[in-house]
Amino acid sequence: MGKLIQLNRRRLLGLGAASAGSMLLAGCDTFDFLGQRAHPVRDFLERANSLTYAAQRALVGDQALAREFAESEIRQGQRPNGSTDPRTNIPEYKQLADTQFANYKLKIIGLVETPKEYTLAELQNMPSRTQITRHDCVEGWSCIAKWTGVPLGRLLDEAKVKPQAKFVMYHCYDVYGGGLSAPEPYYETHDLIDAFHPQTICAYGLNGEQLPVANGAPVRVRNERALGYKQPKYVHTIELVDGFSTVGLGQGGYWEDHGYDWYGGI
Amino acid sequence: MTDQAMDRAMAEEKSAKPKGPLIYRQSIFTRVTHWVWAIAMFFLLLSGLQIWNAHPALYIGQQSGFEFDNAILRIGAENTDAGPRGFTTVFGQKFDTTGVLGMSDLRGNPNFIGFPAWSTIPSFRDLGTGRVVHFFFAWMLVGALAVWLVAGLLNRHIWRDIILKPRDLRDLPKDIVDHITFRFHHGRSYTPLQKVAYFGVFVVLFPLIILTGLTMSPGINAAWPWLLDLFGGRQTARTIHFVAMLLLVGFFVVHIIMVVLAGPINELRSMITGYYRTSPGTEPDENKKDRTNG
Repeated sequence: MGKLIQLNRRRLLGLGAASAGSMLLAGCDTFDFLGQRAHPVRDFLERANSLTYAAQRALVGDQALAREFAESEIRQGQRPNGSTDPRTNIPEYKQLADTQFANYKLKIIGLVETPKEYTLAELQNMPSRTQITRHDCVEGWSCIAKWTGVPLGRLLDEAKVKPQAKFVMYHCYDVYGGGLSAPEPYYETHDLIDAFHPQTICAYGLNGEQLPVANGAPVRVRNERALGYKQPKYVHTIELVDGFSTVGLGQGGYWEDHGYDWYGGI
Repeated sequence: MTDQAMDRAMAEEKSAKPKGPLIYRQSIFTRVTHWVWAIAMFFLLLSGLQIWNAHPALYIGQQSGFEFDNAILRIGAENTDAGPRGFTTVFGQKFDTTGVLGMSDLRGNPNFIGFPAWSTIPSFRDLGTGRVVHFFFAWMLVGALAVWLVAGLLNRHIWRDIILKPRDLRDLPKDIVDHITFRFHHGRSYTPLQKVAYFGVFVVLFPLIILTGLTMSPGINAAWPWLLDLFGGRQTARTIHFVAMLLLVGFFVVHIIMVVLAGPINELRSMITGYYRTSPGTEPDENKKDRTNG
């Protein structure tokens, strides 16, 4: 009896080793299904992102600041990526850019008591914050630059956020796709903790100059505790919402609609 | 192998070598966490290479030099007189790595990518999915480590088998000689070299790869800015994360070789059922679930 069990066990071990080996040899086409957005296994794996968000919200103080660097750490221009020139395909944006954004207005709408509009000059005349921070692209690279702008929390306080608001949604001039696919405007969302964070600014200055078109002129929102795709460029409207399932593909941002996690803090 | 052949093989084995007792060596916590890690490391490695392919370069410092050079490793493809080739540049030394790094074959077509398609999950370029897979299994790795740490401290596995003690250091030279000459001792606790290997994984590499991973998180940077100082910047942390990965792959290769050399059936059994056939002369422990006759 003891011998019989041992033999079976031997076979079982052999089988296990063989199947593990074939999994390795088959290469990783085996797991390509994980790229399917609605696949139940992927849905399950994505729950880890909610865990990461909850863990970081518990661990990172709401007011904890991102590292700020010395002037000497600015060793290069801010590397532009993503959309770098909406003048080429957005006529409305081209008109604004051609007149140095004199007619630009930043609108604050949605779940607020008093919707607001600010010209670029008005924003530039408000108390500002300047910070030298590290921009981390989701691809893995980092770049240090000096950003100047109005704390978003100040603008939100002026508009008086209604209690039912849960997220801030940024609508941008730049558009992805077009051609064969329907054009998708860039948009992003932050929770209110990030929106009211002291380093979250509507930046209009970069390295002591006007924010260039390649980096998001006239206004780019900085969220220094998150990756680059959480820093929307060419922002024209800030909308307070209680959810984002009806916008775009419902994931809370252009890149989130294309498979990136919503929180973007890691 | 037929049953008869197997019986014969076992009988020969029995007559050739006297057996020591079958001891209960690996607790349920060690066995379960071992296999959780085996699965997690597989997915972490392949999704990690996917993520790395999004920017196939490593730097030293806080940031990535685009207008200055602080890269120590770069993988890419270039046009040459002989057509496109894949290149890997390490510390300024450039190597043609066509076929594996920088440019590889994908169903008969050139694929301009850092690590080849067969080494990434998914096989096609998909950073978003790579991140989903990576962070899921990162949580599994950390969760299993927490379970192992608590259980291992309580059942003394960590003290007995992982922590190097003066006696282990004294016996280390002899153990190295034994390993070189393929004389393996199957005892109750690990040999000095085994302890060095597992100490390296649990006390050095696992904490290092987890902490450097966290150092890459802008969110964690705000909570624990000291991580940036500890590792010398986010990009250095990313480089260390990569080197720790290479060392863990090295551990895996040695680990598998040792399992095969030391007797794969016995080693696998101990990591599945907990029971391990020891060398003759090992005393069974009355207080443990050891069997004198297996």
